[in-house]
Amino acid sequence: MHDVRSTVPKGEAFEAEAGLPRTHYLNATHGTAAWLLTKDHKRIGLLYLFAISFFFFLGGLFAMFVRLELLTPEGDLLTSEMYNTSFSMHGIIMVFFFLVPSVPAVFGNFFLPIMIGAKDVAFPKINLLSWYIAMIAGFMMLTTLLMGGVDTGWTFYPPYSTTGSSSNVVLAALSIFVMGFSSILTGLNFIVTVHTMRAPGMTWGRLPLFVWAQYATSLIMVLGTPVLAITLGLVFAERVFHFGIFDPKLGGDPILFQHLFWFYSHPAVYIMVLPGMGVISELVAAFSRKQVFGYSFVAASSLAIALVGFLVWGHHLFTSGQSAYAALVFSFLSFIVAIPSAIKVFNWTATLYRGSISLASPMLYALGFIGLFTIGGLTGLFLAALGLDLHMQDTYFVIAHFHYIMVGGTLLAYLGALHYWWPKITGRLYTEAWAKVAAITVFVGFNLTFFPQFIVGYLGMPRRYHTYVPEFQVLNVLSTAGASILAVGFILPACYLVYSLFRGGVASRNPWGAYGLEWETTSPPPTSNFLVTPIVTRPAYAYTHADVVSPYAGSTQGERDTGTEETQRV
Amino acid sequence: MSDAVHVEHAGAVGHAHHPALQHHFDDLEQQQRAAMLGMWVFLLTEVLFFGGLFMAYILYRSWYPEAFHEASRHLSVGWGFFNTLVLIASSLTMALAVRAGQTTNRRGQLLFLTLTIVLGAAFLGVKVIEYGDKFAHHLVPGPDFQFTPAELAPAAEIYFSLYFAMTGLHALHMIVGAGIMLVMLYMAWRGRFSTEWYTPLEVSGLYWHFVDIVWIFLFPLLYLIGGLSVFGGGTGH
Repeated sequence: MHDVRSTVPKGEAFEAEAGLPRTHYLNATHGTAAWLLTKDHKRIGLLYLFAISFFFFLGGLFAMFVRLELLTPEGDLLTSEMYNTSFSMHGIIMVFFFLVPSVPAVFGNFFLPIMIGAKDVAFPKINLLSWYIAMIAGFMMLTTLLMGGVDTGWTFYPPYSTTGSSSNVVLAALSIFVMGFSSILTGLNFIVTVHTMRAPGMTWGRLPLFVWAQYATSLIMVLGTPVLAITLGLVFAERVFHFGIFDPKLGGDPILFQHLFWFYSHPAVYIMVLPGMGVISELVAAFSRKQVFGYSFVAASSLAIALVGFLVWGHHLFTSGQSAYAALVFSFLSFIVAIPSAIKVFNWTATLYRGSISLASPMLYALGFIGLFTIGGLTGLFLAALGLDLHMQDTYFVIAHFHYIMVGGTLLAYLGALHYWWPKITGRLYTEAWAKVAAITVFVGFNLTFFPQFIVGYLGMPRRYHTYVPEFQVLNVLSTAGASILAVGFILPACYLVYSLFRGGVASRNPWGAYGLEWETTSPPPTSNFLVTPIVTRPAYAYTHADVVSPYAGSTQGERDTGTEETQRV
Repeated sequence: MSDAVHVEHAGAVGHAHHPALQHHFDDLEQQQRAAMLGMWVFLLTEVLFFGGLFMAYILYRSWYPEAFHEASRHLSVGWGFFNTLVLIASSLTMALAVRAGQTTNRRGQLLFLTLTIVLGAAFLGVKVIEYGDKFAHHLVPGPDFQFTPAELAPAAEIYFSLYFAMTGLHALHMIVGAGIMLVMLYMAWRGRFSTEWYTPLEVSGLYWHFVDIVWIFLFPLLYLIGGLSVFGGGTGH
């Protein structure tokens, strides 16, 4: 298996001598306080990485409980209450504490300023504050968990959440309310950073597509999250102060909750997947050695998704008793939102066409994303169709559909980003062979877990029940088996990535021979990101013919060495 | 391939750094632009934050117009109008404080910031009187809620839920705003604001005006929908 990554390029003498740069953001200052009070966006990105990795494995644990219970048709492992708590906590933790912050808070924080040639985000203190807010919310959620968790599902629908369920709902709702502010502050920071902190020459038309995607995501974060916050605030007030806004007994309307909730939570799907799409644009360009096909369309499609994404929430209410005319409009708009998503998929594919493709581990995740996101997106169209949705609403078909987007899409992009940028973040190379094994394991495990759920859902297995009819057992056993493989695929990277920190080879500035400002600075970057402020003179992904000649050269020779007379090549 | 150029990072060019310039900005102008845009984006989130409550208000007012009108008569239009004047006046003093910052007028900054805080406190004081009145007349949602005619009571309770949610959230913003103004007052006292740099003053001014504008919407929607009875409200029936 050929390793496409260069270690220390021959042309860059200062690195060849020193290995890792002498001072970089990781060793600039030492001690717990230097990390916990840091205003460096890169360190804050790592703080988020530790935190959400913890929440990812915690949420995964609850997924395992759910899958193990569903191994048999009877409810033998968990009581129905424990089962309800398991799937609720799985959803709440994964959505609010992993997927929403995942790519933006980790890789957006780390790379967005670097990719636009800035020294930091616009408001470093607010950036750190957002991490602390997230941690406070996290502790509140862990407290909820220790008190027994909630069993409302991640959607907190009233009247169950306001009258039926245990009072843990109060703390859980408050926790997500708080978490929302972390998300808002991150989004606000990114918007202002992109507007005001770009390096000379970094015009809007030269922004990497990852930055465009983060920008569009940030718009949704600042526009959508406050609505969720006030909605959960009202649920809180309903339980504590006996407000009657959502309680039909008091004249309120539970459907209003659903409208307000999905006004955020459907766009939130795009908060979760848009940053991933940005990652895929970077990966596809880097590993095809090509300019992304239709750059401006891919950039504009991110904004279009953000915009149209706000107009489709009603497709979650097709069976909730909203007006038939509203359903008609929401169905139509839901079909419309598929167009910008399709533009992205087509343009990635066109980028691959006649590209000089290398199947490095990040690229395996990218290719997996394109395939799985396409399946997830197309099955979304089934659900946007009014007639079909009546049949499939609240079945495992829906579960499979959104896991194809959330796991097959976002999570694969997250892992792709983690592998692609790992050498830049840590200055170390991981074992590529193991990374490929892990990528394939995740892909196989994922499909085995979720594809049977499309079938079993179509056959009529409802979601959120802890027992089912015996006919569905074979498909459920397959699904649980797949989940076990998937778990292995997640534990593997944790092992070889940590191993690489101690035994991995030293990464060069640009181990993939990729194009972009983040590859122009040292690995790991200095605290101020660049020793000299870069001036940008070329568009994003300006892969030239010279770059295509020998991507497998094992060094950056022929594509990077010509830059030796410059200290900063852009 | 040497079509790229580069410059040494020189920071603010020419003259010494202003003490307020943060390391990651090139100059004060960039820092100012970032701060202003940041506040505008934040106010956008605030619009949607209140927006959820306005949405609920629209729905229930269209469902229960009669109960909303009836319930609204229990508010004191007089106090509401007085508070509206207080807030508009505070917006003026806020704008004058920013103006004093622009002109490096330290005494003006201290005077107008103090006036702004006093007016904000007056608003909150009136709010305390009004809330106390609602408690006294059992108009607070919950087991003690009482309303005549009884058939309108459930919808009136929703009205008062919204009343407390909206004015309560607004009052919370006023309290935060007063806190910010105290910080501004301290900074002005230390002589930090000048023609060259008065960004915090301007940014907190934006916030203050926003909170005022929210009230401009709350006042008619909550107080005036029952028709004018300037001195009739506030005492219950």
